[in-house]
Amino acid sequence: MDKSKWLILSTGLLIGAIAVTLVKLGNPPNMGFCIACFERDIAGALGLHRAAAVQYIRPEIIGIILGAMLTSLFAGEFKSRGGSATLVRFIMGMFMMIGALVFLGCPLRDVLRMAGGDYNAVVGLLGFVFGVGAGVWFLRRGFNLGRTQESHSQFGGYIMPLVFVFLLFLLLKGTVFNPDAGGPLFFSKEGPGSMVAPLFISLAAGLLVGFLAQRTRLCLSGGIRDFILIRDSYLLLGFIGIFLGALVFNIGFGFFKAGFAGQPIAHSMHIWNFLGLFLVGLTATLLGGCPLRQLVLSGEGDTDAATVVVGMIVGAAICHNFMLAAAAAKPAAAGVAAVAGGPGIYGQIACVVGIIIMAVIGWTFREE
Amino acid sequence: MEKVDVRGLSCPLPVIKTKKIIDQGATEISVVGSTQVSLENVTKLARSKGYSIDIKKDQKNDWEIELKK
Repeated sequence: MDKSKWLILSTGLLIGAIAVTLVKLGNPPNMGFCIACFERDIAGALGLHRAAAVQYIRPEIIGIILGAMLTSLFAGEFKSRGGSATLVRFIMGMFMMIGALVFLGCPLRDVLRMAGGDYNAVVGLLGFVFGVGAGVWFLRRGFNLGRTQESHSQFGGYIMPLVFVFLLFLLLKGTVFNPDAGGPLFFSKEGPGSMVAPLFISLAAGLLVGFLAQRTRLCLSGGIRDFILIRDSYLLLGFIGIFLGALVFNIGFGFFKAGFAGQPIAHSMHIWNFLGLFLVGLTATLLGGCPLRQLVLSGEGDTDAATVVVGMIVGAAICHNFMLAAAAAKPAAAGVAAVAGGPGIYGQIACVVGIIIMAVIGWTFREE
Repeated sequence: MEKVDVRGLSCPLPVIKTKKIIDQGATEISVVGSTQVSLENVTKLARSKGYSIDIKKDQKNDWEIELKK
């Protein structure tokens, strides 16, 4: 194995270890990092949706964008660019979030869930692999969203990082804009949104992951895509590294628990675990990167990727406002009935519609 | 010499477009691109296919290489 492969494998190991450490320090179980869940929490903190259990301005997201920006500036790779099917990417970002919230996690959380012993995440992985495979099918037939243009001004590329610096300011200040309504800002008092690692540790973890992911080009959909497309295992090693790093730390901290039932913030409706991540895999492959990669690219001045991130945040609001997001399974407790979990009928419809719309985009955007 | 222009294309299109020309049996290919990621990916592909790589220009966001077999 050459040097670059060792580097991305070590990067994966480190990210897996950091993720589980964040859980130890307060983040929700099997959710040291989840790009989709954390963007959803940000949407909630801003009052874009009112699901009380998932509202927090996650410093990890801010850290990843700023870490990637600083790294790309030092590497001379920061470049303001955009203009490739912007609205289409926005809509695709929305559906990528819908798929993630039907499953309950982005591809990164899928790996972390598997490393925690959650078998439902293995079903999700299968869906993800098939989704990426479907995306590759369109790529082989000439799918292309079009070329981006480099901007004559670098300022556009700084807008996304600046928005997240402003969110950091809001988080530190904690302003309640409408006290009568209790917010925004909203911060969960119970549920996953209330489970948080110390702010500056989360921010530092994000900065470090932003740096590592920018340097290694880590991308979870890319790992499977490159293996299917050209039998290249470079990015896949990052994927495997995250799994192994998180697995070792989960066992070390006593978090590992194998099975389908009783998994944290998860459900066992297999078909929807499969189809949710199928939608994410397909969309991510057509977009050129998974939710993590889109965040990193947003930090590098790619305004198309920033549009995907904004689409995902709006998509999260739609998921909770229109009851598309899956419910987590919960055992019965004193005076509370058990919840089977999974997406309701609207979420199921949205997921299937999303797959159809992505297929239409995949087919109609062929060059030849 | 065959020419491939991968400027402004997102992953993995630079690799797909270069591979298409390689699969047609071209022995001399000139590739121009605009990101370091695409440069890394295209050179990796070319090396795995047994091409020698001559870097004509590498200015971070503007590069040009020649592949020969």
